[in-house]
Amino acid sequence: MTTALVTPSAIPVAGSQVNDLSIRIATVNGSGSSSANNLLMRAIFRMGLPVSGKNLFPSNIQGLPTWYDIRVSASGHGARVACPDILVAMNTQSRQRDITAVRPGGWVLWDSSWPLEEASSCPDVTLLGMPIARLCADQFDQPRQRVLLQNVVYVGALAALLGIDMGVIGTVLDEVYADRSRLRESNHGALILGHDWAFEHFPCPLPCHVEAMERTRDQIIVDGNTATALGCVYAGATVAAWYPITPSTSLMDAFAGFCRRYRRDPDTGCTNAMIIQAEDEMAAIGTVIGAGWAGARAFTATSGPGLSLMNELLGLAYYSEVPVVLFDVQRAGPSTGLPTRTQQADLLNAAHASHGDTEHILLFPGDPAECFDFAVRAFDLAERFQTPVLVLSDVDIGVNDWVVPRFHWDDSYTPDRGQVLGAADLEAIERFDRYANPDAEGVTPRTVAGVSARGAYLARGSGHNRYGAYTEDPQEYREVMDRLSRKLAASALRLPPPVVEWRSRARFALVTLGSGGPAVREAAEILGAGGISTDVMRVRGFPFAPAVSEFLAQHDRCFVVEQNRDAQLRSLLTLAFPAIAGRLRSVLAYGGLPLCAAEVFDGVTAQLTGEAG
Amino acid sequence: MPTIARPPVRHPGLPVNALGLSVRDYEGAMSTLCAGCGHDSVTAAIVQALWELAVKPHMVAKLSGIGCSAKTVGYFLSGAHGFHSAHGRMAPLATGVSAANRDLLLIGISGDGDSLSIGIGHLVHLIRRNLRMVYIIENNGVYGLTKGQFSPSADIGSTTSHGATNIMEPVDPMILGLSVGATFLARGFSGDKAQLVPILKAATAHRGLALVDVISPCVSFNNHEGSTKSYRFTREHEVRMTETDFVPPSPAIPTSIARDGVTELTLHDGSRVRTRAVAEDYDPTNRLAVEEHLREAHSRGEVVTGILYVDSSRPDLHELSGTVTQPLVDVPFAKLCPGAAELERFGVS
Repeated sequence: MTTALVTPSAIPVAGSQVNDLSIRIATVNGSGSSSANNLLMRAIFRMGLPVSGKNLFPSNIQGLPTWYDIRVSASGHGARVACPDILVAMNTQSRQRDITAVRPGGWVLWDSSWPLEEASSCPDVTLLGMPIARLCADQFDQPRQRVLLQNVVYVGALAALLGIDMGVIGTVLDEVYADRSRLRESNHGALILGHDWAFEHFPCPLPCHVEAMERTRDQIIVDGNTATALGCVYAGATVAAWYPITPSTSLMDAFAGFCRRYRRDPDTGCTNAMIIQAEDEMAAIGTVIGAGWAGARAFTATSGPGLSLMNELLGLAYYSEVPVVLFDVQRAGPSTGLPTRTQQADLLNAAHASHGDTEHILLFPGDPAECFDFAVRAFDLAERFQTPVLVLSDVDIGVNDWVVPRFHWDDSYTPDRGQVLGAADLEAIERFDRYANPDAEGVTPRTVAGVSARGAYLARGSGHNRYGAYTEDPQEYREVMDRLSRKLAASALRLPPPVVEWRSRARFALVTLGSGGPAVREAAEILGAGGISTDVMRVRGFPFAPAVSEFLAQHDRCFVVEQNRDAQLRSLLTLAFPAIAGRLRSVLAYGGLPLCAAEVFDGVTAQLTGEAG
Repeated sequence: MPTIARPPVRHPGLPVNALGLSVRDYEGAMSTLCAGCGHDSVTAAIVQALWELAVKPHMVAKLSGIGCSAKTVGYFLSGAHGFHSAHGRMAPLATGVSAANRDLLLIGISGDGDSLSIGIGHLVHLIRRNLRMVYIIENNGVYGLTKGQFSPSADIGSTTSHGATNIMEPVDPMILGLSVGATFLARGFSGDKAQLVPILKAATAHRGLALVDVISPCVSFNNHEGSTKSYRFTREHEVRMTETDFVPPSPAIPTSIARDGVTELTLHDGSRVRTRAVAEDYDPTNRLAVEEHLREAHSRGEVVTGILYVDSSRPDLHELSGTVTQPLVDVPFAKLCPGAAELERFGVS
């Protein structure tokens, strides 16, 4: 079951190949390549070059093909490139198909310890054979080293081929293995081995290479799941409940790590947080609801299948008005789908999760920096509006390495706890009725247990009136339901507004969300270079802010670019703004790989050509 | 089926507890269950136990799922917060409430369908967590709100009011509890308040999860000939395995109950439970022996009641997790947020 990366039409390569290149490293899952790939990416980053890393991995622990794409772009484009300039072909299983994906005129570094059986079928690329396995066998004694250090040997070879500063890689290696001197030495040995052999046998550097810049000052490399977890720590979350699921697991792992670092009392060793690995996702969301109802900032992290299981209780939280924060790191569905592949296919399920009339606040972070920021905002919104807030990232944002501006924090921040009545507040009022006295946004004051008997009430998922009492009276039931609807509508104005890039107030627009941002912006540049000017909008919240419809209304054609089959964002926009739905067109990419500009470019031009014809 | 508030009329001579509250202060709204429902008797026992213990109403969180039993959280302690949640999901909610505020006394009211069918997975894992909570199963062997289907606790051969016969093995929450590490197991009968009140008081003082299975007959759908959860059957087949006295942690400890067969168990808060085994050699701290007793009694068709098993040595979830002693809801934000300077150091660069 070998898969290969599909090839949309190649974008013409720009003239300069300095600091504008992509590398694909094809290896076998479980062979230890990931630390070598990170080393390479960090070294390029240290040279001051904008860089992105996409881990395109199988749902497998060991044995299947896996790829790591590194893109260097002086102009800051971080989206995946379908056809790399350089391939490191370390996996014989996928090699033939990997080579066909390399752009014409590209290079293939391959392990010539064994013959390359299909060499004749790839005339457009330059093959760079290097006996990597044999070099390692000659150099290292232990069988394990002979295998693992092959990864560092190809990093060394790439350093020579691409002109990566060996001093910088060496420094990064020293940092990574600061506490493990033997590993440090053997890795240095492998690095130099690869570099020197390549330097001696290949024309180094290639025309396609890197030169140091200063474009990464005040930037960091981080993945979205780690950034989200840190946001939860900064927001003051104290209760987390989850059930392990790819690709959200690293989020909770990171949160646990941060709690060990930041939440442990040095004197007592006790922790200011509780993380519960629940028996299933229903229990995870139930625990979060219990904690939120009792006054803690609580969250869960999951992916599509978990969100399906959480539907029932999301309805309970919506109707009983309990703050909940849920991070959905979307993967390709339906059902088990492709657990390690990216998609934006949970939008409709998330927006209206659970039976009956429900609607939820959604946030769509576009990169790890927004993951951090939106995590904090999610808790503020959930408490202000006393309702679930679902933050939808995806595999691409969640687990890939992004270069983003360094995070900053304002120490004057205080959590927005919304309307919570304390003991003194309760003494001052004649009586407390849970769902009465809404503010302008339809939010009614709440109380939490353990404060005062005057604030006691019985929360329920059954029909209730403004007093919180069970009711089957149509009028009373509708009063609460209508207020909930007003509340959700009001929330739109407090969500992060769309990010809009005006390019000469064009007739056409590209609309996207989440991880679609980089590819769509790049596609807009390419379209612009070809004479098709487009404005770009990235939606960041649901219910949609008025700015979203205003933007749509100003364009004749809005291409909604999203990563699902059924045009889910477009469906939500159509429901929200039926009057301008006719302007919306879809560009859909749902193969499971991070979006690339070529897919957007092809989708838009095909439709414009079709219209013209 | 609206909520009916109880009229606020009090007899001026009602006795008060240490907090100066009368038993009426521990009541809730009027029950809308069927007249004669066993659940209402359980509610009355809860009211009595909490009043006698002088529990502060606002420090209690009442939790339930869905079912006739679940509705009863509205019928006691109107001064406490409550959450009447979703079918089978009481345990997860309770976990969250306890995680957020460990100072609250959690009282969960569930039923045999809620706990032993749709929520059985959650119950098993709640027991494993040893969450500090009084978990009451009002067990009547039948789905009342949907009008008379068998629940998972119906005995083989028992019949519905429509004449159907149950052919599947019942789930016994006590034996289930023993198999997954329960630390407090008791069974009562809604028709025996004198026994149930001290059981509930001991459950309240227990360090971890106190699972109390109360046989609570359904007068509408499961109180007929052929039912093994009827008032008549239970009265005829009840075997009190232990007699229970609850001794609160106070200097005034009665000393007159020591006699043969008494096991005295000291609970985590210093209170003590004295159980006198009716069956010879019944030791409520010996897990293997307890399971054997329960299985044998079940095979004889006996309904065994009393405090059946206690292990007060095992830590509860907070102790196991090493959380701070202060409720997490009370930890000031300044202690939770690492601040700007720390964030400047974050990230690979």
